Amino acid sequence: MNQLSRGMDISDPIYQKALKDLLFQLADDELCIGHRDSEWLGLAPDIEEDVAFSSIAQDEVGHATFYYERLAEIGEQDSDTLAFGRGSHERRNACLTERENGDWAYSIVRHFFYDTFDALRLEALAKSSYPPLAEGVAKIQREERYHLLHMHLWFVRLCLAGGEARKRMETAIWKVWPDISGLFSWGAWEEELLQRQVIHTSSLVLQQQWEERIRPVFAEAGIEWIEAMPEPVKKGRLGDHFPELNHLLGELSSVYALDPAARW
Amino acid sequence: MAISDPELMKALQEVKDPEIPTISIVELGIVTVAERREKLAYVELTPTFVGCPALDMIRSEVENRLSKVDGVEKVSVQYVMSPPWTSDRITSEGRKKLIEFGIAPPISQSEEQWIQAPPCPYCGGEEGDVHNLFGPTACRAIFYCRRCKEPFEGMKPV
Repeated sequence: MNQLSRGMDISDPIYQKALKDLLFQLADDELCIGHRDSEWLGLAPDIEEDVAFSSIAQDEVGHATFYYERLAEIGEQDSDTLAFGRGSHERRNACLTERENGDWAYSIVRHFFYDTFDALRLEALAKSSYPPLAEGVAKIQREERYHLLHMHLWFVRLCLAGGEARKRMETAIWKVWPDISGLFSWGAWEEELLQRQVIHTSSLVLQQQWEERIRPVFAEAGIEWIEAMPEPVKKGRLGDHFPELNHLLGELSSVYALDPAARW
Repeated sequence: MAISDPELMKALQEVKDPEIPTISIVELGIVTVAERREKLAYVELTPTFVGCPALDMIRSEVENRLSKVDGVEKVSVQYVMSPPWTSDRITSEGRKKLIEFGIAPPISQSEEQWIQAPPCPYCGGEEGDVHNLFGPTACRAIFYCRRCKEPFEGMKPV
């Protein structure tokens, strides 16, 4: 493929290992959050949100498929097997994305924080030395903009609404907070990814950028900033997950598991 | 855009968007390459949205239609991300057909501003509100026309 020759050398085993690990992070994050979004179907507070969350779920799962297909292209199994057939210890998603939906406030807070992170991560990948990734990212950025607009709106409105809405939002923010730092990790190969310019932003800078974007929204929403950001309890990017991921994968793969060889 | 084979493009004009049957995939702007490589018809398509569930259907319709073109023995359809589809790729004919179907074509938006409502496809009213950034398909949003008091769908500007 002439596309590949423009980037770094994919035959370099370290480049390939690091790239694959990164693609798994991207794909697994999007698959988990997309599946959680789909769980709101029929249960969201109003019909507009049923539509919105279903549409967002479709986008996120579509992005996951895109990343899994790039993995298949460089020697991994086909996208369905990668999505449905891997155990939880093989998953590289940040633990935040596997958490159960909780109430509406939790889902909004989690998604807004995740989307803000995802926008920054996509910026860090936009000039990736791996052209198929950079090209997909250019497209995905245009779609993700809508998710962020939507979640930002809900986040601020619910916080400013006062009463039960605000109380639930405050509770949700505290509940989400310990899982945030796990997002910024680039996994076991950060050095190699940076050296080879697959990514252009370190995890440390990514976290600073995230705080710079979220702080003004806290101010807008009248929420006091939480200074301390604890280290993650479990490192999802290294394959260490909460039992919630096993439940999610069981549900997600229930049809696939009936007959993994079936053609649909 | 690469130089496309006029006969193949004419045939692709008959392949319609599965969700919006008035508009062809050419008018939608998703065909980036359609060329002959001896007896092979080679087509590159760029999806409107990465997760669009109609991609496989469009692929098989393209294969079916092009295999009927004289001199074509094999059809190869590739989805590519570059150049990325943007709503500016919809042709002026395509924009007319969207309105005929009751879907507002996208209007250009500034990055800093919130999404603006396009003119209503029924009455042309420009005093619309965003009702939902998300609609029945990934590429559509729902708006509300304050002039004719009708909700309407519009293609999302991306």
